Amino acid sequence: MTAAPLEELIAVFRAMTESDNTEQEVSGWDEGAASSRESVAVVDHDANGWHLDVSIPLDRLVEAAGVLDREEFAFDTITGVDWIAAGDMEVVYDFFHPGRFLRVVLRVRVRREQPEVPTILHVFPGAGWHERETHDFFGIRFSGHPDLSPLLLPEDADYHPLRKDFTGVA
Amino acid sequence: MSIPEPFRLASFVVGIMAFVGLNAAYLVWVERKGAGRFQRRPGPTEVGYAGLLQPIADAVKLMTKQVIVPPGADATLFRLAPVLIMTPAMMCFTVLPFGETLTATDINLGLLMIFALGSINVMAIMLGGWSSRNKYAIISSARVVSQNVAYEIPMLLTVVTMLMVTGSANLNQIVQQQAGAFWNWNLFNLAANPLMPVTFVIFFICMLAETNRAPFDMAEAESELVAGAFTEYAGMGFGVFFMAEYANIVVGCSLATVLFFGGWQSPIGVLPGVWWFLLKLYLLIFTVVWIRWTFPRTQFYGLLNLSWKILIPVSLATVVSTAAVMKVF
Amino acid sequence: MLHKEQITNHSTDGHNETFVLNLGPQHPATHGVLRVKMTMDGEYITRAEPVCGYIHRMHEKMGENRTWAQFLPNTSRIDYLSAMHYTHAFVGAVERAARIEVPPRAEFVRVITSELNRISSHLVWFGAYLLDLGGFTPLLYAFDDRERILDLLEGLTGARLTYCYYRFGGLCNDVDEDFINGTRDFVHYMRPRLKMYRALVTDNIIFRKRLENIGIIDAEMCRKYGATGPVIRGAGTPYDVRRLEPYSVYDAFDFDIPHYPEGDCMARYLVRMEEIEQSLRILEQAVAKLPDGPHIGKVPRMIKPPAGDYTYAVEAARGRMMVRIVSDGKEIPYRVKLRTPSFANLSLFEEASRGMLLTDALALMGSLDLVIPDIDR
Repeated sequence: MTAAPLEELIAVFRAMTESDNTEQEVSGWDEGAASSRESVAVVDHDANGWHLDVSIPLDRLVEAAGVLDREEFAFDTITGVDWIAAGDMEVVYDFFHPGRFLRVVLRVRVRREQPEVPTILHVFPGAGWHERETHDFFGIRFSGHPDLSPLLLPEDADYHPLRKDFTGVA
Repeated sequence: MSIPEPFRLASFVVGIMAFVGLNAAYLVWVERKGAGRFQRRPGPTEVGYAGLLQPIADAVKLMTKQVIVPPGADATLFRLAPVLIMTPAMMCFTVLPFGETLTATDINLGLLMIFALGSINVMAIMLGGWSSRNKYAIISSARVVSQNVAYEIPMLLTVVTMLMVTGSANLNQIVQQQAGAFWNWNLFNLAANPLMPVTFVIFFICMLAETNRAPFDMAEAESELVAGAFTEYAGMGFGVFFMAEYANIVVGCSLATVLFFGGWQSPIGVLPGVWWFLLKLYLLIFTVVWIRWTFPRTQFYGLLNLSWKILIPVSLATVVSTAAVMKVF
Repeated sequence: MLHKEQITNHSTDGHNETFVLNLGPQHPATHGVLRVKMTMDGEYITRAEPVCGYIHRMHEKMGENRTWAQFLPNTSRIDYLSAMHYTHAFVGAVERAARIEVPPRAEFVRVITSELNRISSHLVWFGAYLLDLGGFTPLLYAFDDRERILDLLEGLTGARLTYCYYRFGGLCNDVDEDFINGTRDFVHYMRPRLKMYRALVTDNIIFRKRLENIGIIDAEMCRKYGATGPVIRGAGTPYDVRRLEPYSVYDAFDFDIPHYPEGDCMARYLVRMEEIEQSLRILEQAVAKLPDGPHIGKVPRMIKPPAGDYTYAVEAARGRMMVRIVSDGKEIPYRVKLRTPSFANLSLFEEASRGMLLTDALALMGSLDLVIPDIDR
């Protein structure tokens, strides 16, 4: 793992999240509590599986994706998580670098009642399908996405199965 | 003892229909067993000894299926296409010399007649695909027409070469000219045409393309167009197309045998007859089956490029070289 | 074989008349239930839109209502052709979370079984791809070779296709001498077969014309869509999870990462054929160096990984497969996310197939090596 690009990324993201926390290893984690995690944290790959964990405000998301695109990261996947106890939904973006051993994770949080996240489709076209899938499963709207029709669920599905309050097709 | 003409013709007609029917049915068996053995498996073994009754079982199955005419299809043309594809194939058999005296009609333009009838084949497939009103079928018809038109040209050019070499379009005469041991066969007649093996290879390739056999089976490219022009045919309608394909292969291989391999002449100079004709015929058919199961399919434009850019210039070259040799020597 | 297609609307597009051809969910060329809505202008594709979801079983929801160990059989069913890799990813994620030590013997056997699975998956792809292109025979030759692998793995795990062999901390049962000798014999048997495939298939002129310069996918497209595996290696980037994000004991082995710069179907084909060769190298080394020891480590009765989220990535036969688990400290997962390679590989099909001929688009789709349950989960 080369340290230089990682440090540059840390600096860029720190500026973006206006965080001046010192680096800390993150290994434990409380359910639902957004504030206990540093905005930009270096992670031990052996412990969790990635190197840099960035919690990003919604309005800087596309910019952050652009930073990673310029650094030639490849798009990995989008994971939605329903934190029903905290009233939030979290969207986790994974990126890997095809040339070096470097993995970055971006996170955003939205309220469950109004889950709207800007799309990063224009930076990483591959996100198009992942965002459709996350919309299918959680009902998160990705604003700016040209076609959020169901990808995996039937065309007329109006339910979102991975929400924690989903008990079956009504 | 000479049999009165009507009886002779009638027995030939019955004989040809039986020969075509039997061949169409049992060539399916040869193909399936051959395909099986090439793929390291036995092929049909259940029905009858070594699966020999399999074609009969298939025929019974096809005949008991409902013949569906899709709504919206052009009913007349849809029903006409299978008839139109089978008839010319059967008619070609009337001029083929099976043995010394085994020719239904010994006409002077036998070769020309076979090619005239072969062109109707293309029209029949095109009609079948077009009248089905099915997108896969229409794409397939368009491909068949362009493929067959492209491959008829080099085929006819090689036949022109053979006409120059043999000086006759009468198939019986062509066979009689190749009497003697196997070096008298037209294939080895390098004195008249120094590019004779090339001519044979081009003829064989064109024959594969004309009968829509792999690797030139774009018309029925299974993995792309489901069943191509025959997608909408069910039951015996499909069965007739199938039989016609094998009948065409038999016609094509018979023509190759007559033109290049000496027809019913024996390779050792004694005991000529129909059995030598059948032996050579079935060896060629086995090669056709072998080629099908060995090669993948070409792309459509690759097929057309092969014909227009390679086969036509080469066959023109053989025509020119034959003419030059004949003029000079 | 079912023959079904639907004729849909006919639209006039300026001076061009385009029609919509449905490569329906039942079609010989789409390996599994995938529907591709193609808007065609004659033989050219103006837009190809894959419609998936026909085999969507919602494994991610199933991950939320059974214990960590009870989810193990699900992992094999996601991509049934390379099932070992998927189990490996899930087991690895839980082991990473719960900090479970895996004994070296188990790691080596995991590598051996994973590589055998990779070879058998590539053999299926090889046969099916040639079937798409019209060459029917190599399928059966490839399946003949694959039978040997399946016999080996059946003797070891009891299953021919959907193995559930890895457990948290190691393996379900230990390997025996028969398996080790069988693997060694298989390596000796397979090398000449690869030479035969090269002579019969790879060097065949018709085959080469079908694949060379067809379906070019460059490295930039792969990066933007997250396409991995032979797709990105066929575009020139030597990205392999086993080398760039090493897991298990892969850094103990000496093997090459085949990659070709052309980005066409032929490049992806050659990458996969050479991967089989490299897997044979890894198998030889692993069998020679197999250490003694226990086949499973010390594992608590009921696994309860500490709260947090964890990922584990493996190089499956089709590309990068990653599992992201979110645990809240209970014996049932809070969230299981499966990042599957075919999903990303197919997402670039729409952009890559614009303007291609139908035959070439099907050659491209075959070269992506899609397994539809992998896309739909």
